[in-house]
Amino acid sequence: MAVPTTTSPTPEPVPGGGAGPATPGAPLLEVRDLRVRFTGRDRAVTAVDEVSFTVSPGQNVGLVGESGSGKSVTSMAVMGLLPRRGVEVSGQILFDGEDLLLADRKRLDRLRGREVAMVFQDPMTSLNPVVPVGTQIGEVLQRHFGMRRKERRERAAELLAKVGIPDPRRRLDDHPHQLSGGMRQRVLIAIALACEPRLLIADEPTTALDVTIQAQVLDVLAELVDEAGAALLLITHDLGVVAGVCDEVNVMYAGRIVEQAPRRPLFRSPAHPYTGGLLASIPRLDTPRGRPLTPIPGSPTQTVPWTDACAFSPRCAHADDTCRTTSPRLEHADGRGLRCFHPLTTPAALTKEL
Amino acid sequence: MTAPTAPETGDALLRVRGLKVHYPLRGRGGRGRAVKAVDGVDLDVPAGSTLGIVGESGCGKSTLGRAILRLAPVTEGTVEFDGTDLASLRGEELRRHRRDLQMVFQDPLASLNPRQSVETILSEPLRAHGLPASTERVAALLEQVGLPRSAARKYPHEFSGGQRQRIGIARAVALEPRLVIADEPVSALDVSIQAQVLNLLEDLQEALGLAYLVIAHDLAVVRHVSDEVAVMYLGGVVEQAASDDLYDLPLHPYTRGLMSAVPVPDPDVEDGRRRLLLQGDLPSPADPPSGCRFHTRCPFRQETRCDTDRPELRLVDVTGAGAGHRVACHFAEDIEAGRITPHEVTPEEAAGEPTDPAPDPVGAAG
Repeated sequence: MAVPTTTSPTPEPVPGGGAGPATPGAPLLEVRDLRVRFTGRDRAVTAVDEVSFTVSPGQNVGLVGESGSGKSVTSMAVMGLLPRRGVEVSGQILFDGEDLLLADRKRLDRLRGREVAMVFQDPMTSLNPVVPVGTQIGEVLQRHFGMRRKERRERAAELLAKVGIPDPRRRLDDHPHQLSGGMRQRVLIAIALACEPRLLIADEPTTALDVTIQAQVLDVLAELVDEAGAALLLITHDLGVVAGVCDEVNVMYAGRIVEQAPRRPLFRSPAHPYTGGLLASIPRLDTPRGRPLTPIPGSPTQTVPWTDACAFSPRCAHADDTCRTTSPRLEHADGRGLRCFHPLTTPAALTKEL
Repeated sequence: MTAPTAPETGDALLRVRGLKVHYPLRGRGGRGRAVKAVDGVDLDVPAGSTLGIVGESGCGKSTLGRAILRLAPVTEGTVEFDGTDLASLRGEELRRHRRDLQMVFQDPLASLNPRQSVETILSEPLRAHGLPASTERVAALLEQVGLPRSAARKYPHEFSGGQRQRIGIARAVALEPRLVIADEPVSALDVSIQAQVLNLLEDLQEALGLAYLVIAHDLAVVRHVSDEVAVMYLGGVVEQAASDDLYDLPLHPYTRGLMSAVPVPDPDVEDGRRRLLLQGDLPSPADPPSGCRFHTRCPFRQETRCDTDRPELRLVDVTGAGAGHRVACHFAEDIEAGRITPHEVTPEEAAGEPTDPAPDPVGAAG
C-alpha cells in the first residue's frame, strides 16, 4: 500500500525565521545550550543546563543518566511538551535548521507525529484505555495524511504486523488492557512510526519490560528505525541497552552533560569518573563472578550546584579543591567531550593545562 | 561458599517440597480452575548461603517467597525451616518462628511506615518479640547498615532510595534472623546505588551468618550475590545449578534465551553475540500449556514429549556440568551436544495459535 514518504519538510514558510531545509551532512537535530528552569513561587530549579548535542540523519544517539539527571526533561523540551507556565526554556533546538523553541503551536502540531515522534516508558498511561488500538494508530494517519477509514485500518494492520504482533487484524479491535506490556509497547512504536518520522525519541522504551521482551522490542525498534532511515534519540539509564543500540552517547549528571563520546571509545575508556563509576558498579554477566563491585558513594540527590563547583564532586574519589570551587566546562577533543578536571583516562588530546 | 546440595540431603536450613500456590478463579467459567502461581517447587537453602531465584514477571518468584513466609496461602506442599514444617504452624507458634525468617521488600518507600520514625521502625520488631529495644540497639543496627546514629530521629521521606533500603534491611536483621528473603532488593534503586546495597547484603551475610533467598529479575544481580541459582518459568523451576555452572553452561532453552537477552555494557560483546531471541509473551498461569510449560516458545521444541509430558527437574549427564546441575528439559543433553538445533518460532506459535506443523529438523532425539 502506498504511503506518503518523507522526502522534504513541509515547504511552507517557517515561522520564527528558521534556516529552512538543511544542507546535506548537516545534523537533523541540533540542541544548543539548552537550559530548562522550573520556577516555583519561592524557588527555581535548573533541571537542565548547557546541554548541547546533535543527532545526524540515521544516527542512534543515547542520553544516559540516573533519575534526576535531566534526560527526560531534555526530551520533553525537544518535543515541546513542557508546560508553558512555570518553565523557562532557553537555548536553541534546531530541527532541520528550524528552531523549535520559536515555532508556534500550529507548526509544532504539524511536526509532532509527522517528523518527530516519541515513544514513552509506560505504554499503559500513553495509550487511551477506552479506544481500540487500531483506532489509535489510525488517528495519526488521519491527522497527518488524511487517510480514509478503510485505508487507515489496512495500514494499521500492516504496522502491527511490522512490529511483530501476531494476528494483527484481530488485534486492531483490542483495547490496551487486552494486550501484554510488550505488545502495548509495540503498539506505541507502531503509532510512532506510522508517519515514518525522521526522528524518533524513545524515553526508556523498554524499562517496564522483562528482559526477553526488552530484547524483542529493542530489535523491532532498531530494525524499523534503520529501515525507515530515521534517527533515534534513546533516553535510558541502562548502559547495556546503550552499548547495543547507540552510535553516540551523552552521559548526563545533575542536568548537564558530563561526557560525550562514540560508544566504543566511551565503554573502552570512560574518562569521566561518573561514567567510570557507573560501569564499575554494575554486575555484569560476562565478567568472572566474585569480582567485587565498586559502588559510587552517596546518592544522585547529593549534588552541589554546577554554578560554583562540579556537581559530582561530593561523590567523586578524584575531587580536590578545584572541583569544589570551580565549575568545569565541557571541553571537546578527539571527537569526545568531557566536563572534568581530573579525568580517569587522559588521552594526549584530552589533556589540558587547567 | 557452600557446595550445592542435592535435594535428598537433610542439612538444609530451609527445605521446600512440592510447594503449590493456586488462586481459585471465581465466577463464570472459573469453577474448578485456578491461577497456578507456584506449581510444584522444591528448594533447599543451606545455612549461611544464598539461593537466587530469577525469572520474569509472572513466573511466580515473588509468590514463592511470600508463600515460604506464609504471607501467601500455601495450597499444597511443605516448607520446612530447621526441621519444623512452617505450613502446619498456626497463630502464636507461627509468629514466634517468624523471628528467624525476615523479609526485605522491593520498594522501601512503600514498605516503611511514613509516620514512624526510624527508631520506631527498628524497635517495633524487637518489642514485638519481647527483646530489649534500647536506643543503643537501634544505633548499633543503624551502624551495621552504614547509617549515622542521627538517622534514628528522622522519617523515611528524609532519606534517599538507597538509604531507605538500608533501613528496610536494618529492620529485617534486627531480630537476628537466620534466613532473609529479599524480593527485588535493588531493582527500585538508581544504578549507582545498587552496588552499595548488594555489598551491604554481602557484608551482613558474613558478619551475621545469614542465609538469603534473593528473588530478582536481573540475572547479573542474582549471579553476583548467589551461590546457587534457580530459574523459574510459569510457576516451576526449569533449571537449578551452582551460580558459576549455570552461567557458564545454561542448559535449559529458556535459561539460554534469558541470558542472551541480557544487555551487556560493552559494545564489542553486544555486536559479537548471537542472540537466541525468544518470541511471544508468558502464557497465562491460569491456563498453562500442557507438557513442558515452555514448549510454546521453545526454539528447540520437538514433536514428541514436549507438549505432553511435563519434564521433571533432573540431574543431567553433560560434560562440563557441575554436580547438582539440574534441568527440567527432556532434551537437554541432545541440545547441548548439538544434536538438536534451534528453529524459528513465529509470533503466532508463541501466542499459542494453531499453525501448520512445520517440519522439524529433528536430530537423533532420544
